Amino acid sequence: MAKTLLSVEGLAVEFDTRDGVARVIDDLSISLAEGETLGIVGESGCGKSMTALSIMGLVPIPPGRIAAGRIFLDDEDLLQASEARMREVRGNEISMIFQEPMTSLNPVYSIGNQIAETARLHEGLSRADAFQRALEMLVAVGIPAADKRIHEFPHQMSGGMRQRVMIAMALACQPRVLIADEPTTALDVTVQAQIFDLLNDLKDRTGTAIIMITHDMGAIAEMAQRVVVMYAGRVVEQADVDQILTDPRHPYTQGLIRCVPHLTQNPTKERPPLLEIPGVVPPLTQLGSGCPFAPRCQYADAQCRAEMPPTKAIDDGHTVACWLTEREAAA
Amino acid sequence: MSDSESTTQAGPPPADMDEIFVEHPFRQFVAMYFRNYAAVAGLLVFVTIVGAALFAPMILDLDPFEMVDEPLLRPGEGGHLLGTDNLGRDLFIAIVYGARVTMAVGGAAAGITLFIGLTIGAMAGFYRGWVDEVLMRVTEFFQVLPPLLLAMVLVALFSPTLETVAISIGVVSWTGVARLARAEFLRLREQEFVKAARSIGARDRRIIWLVIMPNALPPLIVNAALTVGIAILFEAALSFLGLSDPNVMSWGKLIGDNRDYLLDAPWTVTFPGVAIFLTVLAMSLIGDGLTDAFNPKLRER
Amino acid sequence: MQFLTVVIRRSLYAFLLLLAVIVFNYTLLFLVPGDIAETIAGESGGASAELMAEIRRSYGLDQPFYVQLFGYVGRVLQGDLGSSYYFNVPVLDLILGRLGPTLLLVVTSLLLAIFTGTLFGVIASQRPNGIFSHFITILALIGFSAPVFWTAFLLIILFVSMLQILPLSGLAEPLTESGTWQWYLDVAYHLILPVVSLSSIYLAQYSRLARASMMDILGSDYIRTARAKGLGQRVIIYKHALRNAVIPVITIAGLQFSHIFSGAVVIETVFSWPGLGTLAFESILRGDTPTIMGILFFSAFVVIIFNLLTDLAYRIVDPRIRLSNTA
Repeated sequence: MAKTLLSVEGLAVEFDTRDGVARVIDDLSISLAEGETLGIVGESGCGKSMTALSIMGLVPIPPGRIAAGRIFLDDEDLLQASEARMREVRGNEISMIFQEPMTSLNPVYSIGNQIAETARLHEGLSRADAFQRALEMLVAVGIPAADKRIHEFPHQMSGGMRQRVMIAMALACQPRVLIADEPTTALDVTVQAQIFDLLNDLKDRTGTAIIMITHDMGAIAEMAQRVVVMYAGRVVEQADVDQILTDPRHPYTQGLIRCVPHLTQNPTKERPPLLEIPGVVPPLTQLGSGCPFAPRCQYADAQCRAEMPPTKAIDDGHTVACWLTEREAAA
Repeated sequence: MSDSESTTQAGPPPADMDEIFVEHPFRQFVAMYFRNYAAVAGLLVFVTIVGAALFAPMILDLDPFEMVDEPLLRPGEGGHLLGTDNLGRDLFIAIVYGARVTMAVGGAAAGITLFIGLTIGAMAGFYRGWVDEVLMRVTEFFQVLPPLLLAMVLVALFSPTLETVAISIGVVSWTGVARLARAEFLRLREQEFVKAARSIGARDRRIIWLVIMPNALPPLIVNAALTVGIAILFEAALSFLGLSDPNVMSWGKLIGDNRDYLLDAPWTVTFPGVAIFLTVLAMSLIGDGLTDAFNPKLRER
Repeated sequence: MQFLTVVIRRSLYAFLLLLAVIVFNYTLLFLVPGDIAETIAGESGGASAELMAEIRRSYGLDQPFYVQLFGYVGRVLQGDLGSSYYFNVPVLDLILGRLGPTLLLVVTSLLLAIFTGTLFGVIASQRPNGIFSHFITILALIGFSAPVFWTAFLLIILFVSMLQILPLSGLAEPLTESGTWQWYLDVAYHLILPVVSLSSIYLAQYSRLARASMMDILGSDYIRTARAKGLGQRVIIYKHALRNAVIPVITIAGLQFSHIFSGAVVIETVFSWPGLGTLAFESILRGDTPTIMGILFFSAFVVIIFNLLTDLAYRIVDPRIRLSNTA
């Protein structure tokens, strides 16, 4: 087992809203080993992006607040680190790319300038050296005619190209962790596959560990080694990708997997209909004491609605938080 | 934004939104307006000034040009509330009478401004193509001429009467209204209800005035309040410079007449200025209130 | 090289606008009821018979309208704006003699409004509901509602009459020798009140605009990216956000230039500032029609040149416009 690089322990994040305090993340524990790709899946509003922002130290405070927990990079607790130290970490040791490549680049600076800025900031490179680095990165992320395009502005590029630029920018200082927050959601399907290939390829070459945040089980299957399934700010199931895909235990995970059409099946053959999970994530200010998924769960009973299920290890590295599993284990 | 994970979760609508939805639109409009205290204050000031302009001359029956006392009496001296000016005229009476001219000329000029601006903007936005091209070039042309200078030239070349002043102000200040009206028409002409009206064979004139215009009105009405304010400022500047009708009392003229006594008798220029300031301020506050009233949701944030 | 094409096309358009101003000017003279020669002579020369004959000859008034018009357009394009019958000198010379003080006043006021306004806006955007934000909102309301000459008078009452720290009027003290450094200092000293009065209308307005666009931008995705890169708050605000926030301010300032020029006319008369505004005002009182029309033309000319410059400056700040073919 590779060495643990990043670990989040018992994290809780709260937000003050008009309707009261919302606990966006509750008792979240995950860990990322060196060179690993960890997938975090869940619907919008389940706390995936907030987990990423917490690791980056970018939770807007106020209205947000870190209520509990620790985030270790090696042996250093990032939640205790000073803002100056966090600025060193961001973009240098932990980088992040975002969902919206169309708007995530500053419109008034050339892309070369924006990539070079990171290298100059963290490695103190001269202007010329930083541009040389930017050029290398653009070549590495597969931008054709990089020596010309380095002077272009974001609006002159397509969405896929911009996401490549974002990746080049994130990897310019060879970070140890790359957080990719829905990196392909806004892109065409063909471009999505290219970006996945690029990320996998770069990971193989540089050994950067990746946290891949997505709502798409298909993307998880393609990218991740391990998967964390989140619902309403909590981890409901955690396992290796094969285990999750072949033996999902939590009804929510099962639902997510059923949402994805199986590409391996013969499309002309009779298929089971695509299913969706009924309902939406409840408002986080109105969670009761029970399992947050209970209102949407076809197996829910009185205990589910009354008590929060404990997290139970059922196999090597496979944990589930569900009364169903708990009772099966007891039986 | 990142915090959307928590905050965009739609909670139950706030209680006051329910009552807004069930109310009659006009009552809702009035309710929203009166929630903005500054706008209510603006309305009060406006009503007071219009009231004074309309009724005070009927009741008082005085001549604002009459020398009633020694010149440059301080406020309160000799029973003159705001003092007298350099010609011994009672400042309070002059200001009350001045309200008439200021409101009449300001109102008329704003009317002309809106008429020209709406017509040109509506045509440009509705017909697009070469009509739009030509009208927008005309608009740009008028934006190049410094508005007050052009108004001064027009008044000087033609005659310094109140009519000329009002028309000149209208001629120099319609471009903003035209641009706004054009933008609204460009937006609305693509909407379904306009296509529906066209599909049942409505004529252009009907579509412009009865289908699109009512929907374009909210921002234009807000703009109209501001237009009145701007027209009053133009009138004040022209009469301050002595380019308006010399035989009619107005606030700007009062300041212009007393400008040489600025250092010795500062109240003679201060009070008429306060009158102009309060009136224009009232118009902007009313504009703000109307904006709130037309967009109740905007204020919710 | 695309940039050059834009410059040429914009210049050509500016020239056409200028032509339109000349035509408009002459048509205006023609529309005044009565004899056009008398309109041109105004009250200036006492309208002697020789003067009238001179005017009829030089304006070609016995010719059909379009011939007169072509003659006028041709003369104006060659820099001949006619003669002031009051001063008996070419109008162009009069105007050029007064241009400097006006440009000094207008450009200083505009720059002050843009720079201070943007700065205030940036400060206010740090605390969107703080005292400073409310302060600039109220200031903008006051700036819009107060007639500019009244603001000027209030400032005079305060700084000249009560505090006695600033001069009342003029470009400089009459005894200061022009061109010396004391003179420049004196001009700067005399410039303070006119500039503050004139920019008061726009300063707070630009603050509000800059505040709104800063707040918009600070919540945008690319600012989040900049934070994720590890940039400090200062770099984020002054490098990444400010440049984007200035764009709408420049746009509005460009559109308002002719209004600022208008305000300068009033401010100049209040402070006896020896610029085009005072000349225009005095010429109107004297009925010096050629000078009035010359100033109207020349002001439009300055506005057009300025718009051209802002347009180009705008393209330099914003690459999206610089590199697009539209607009």
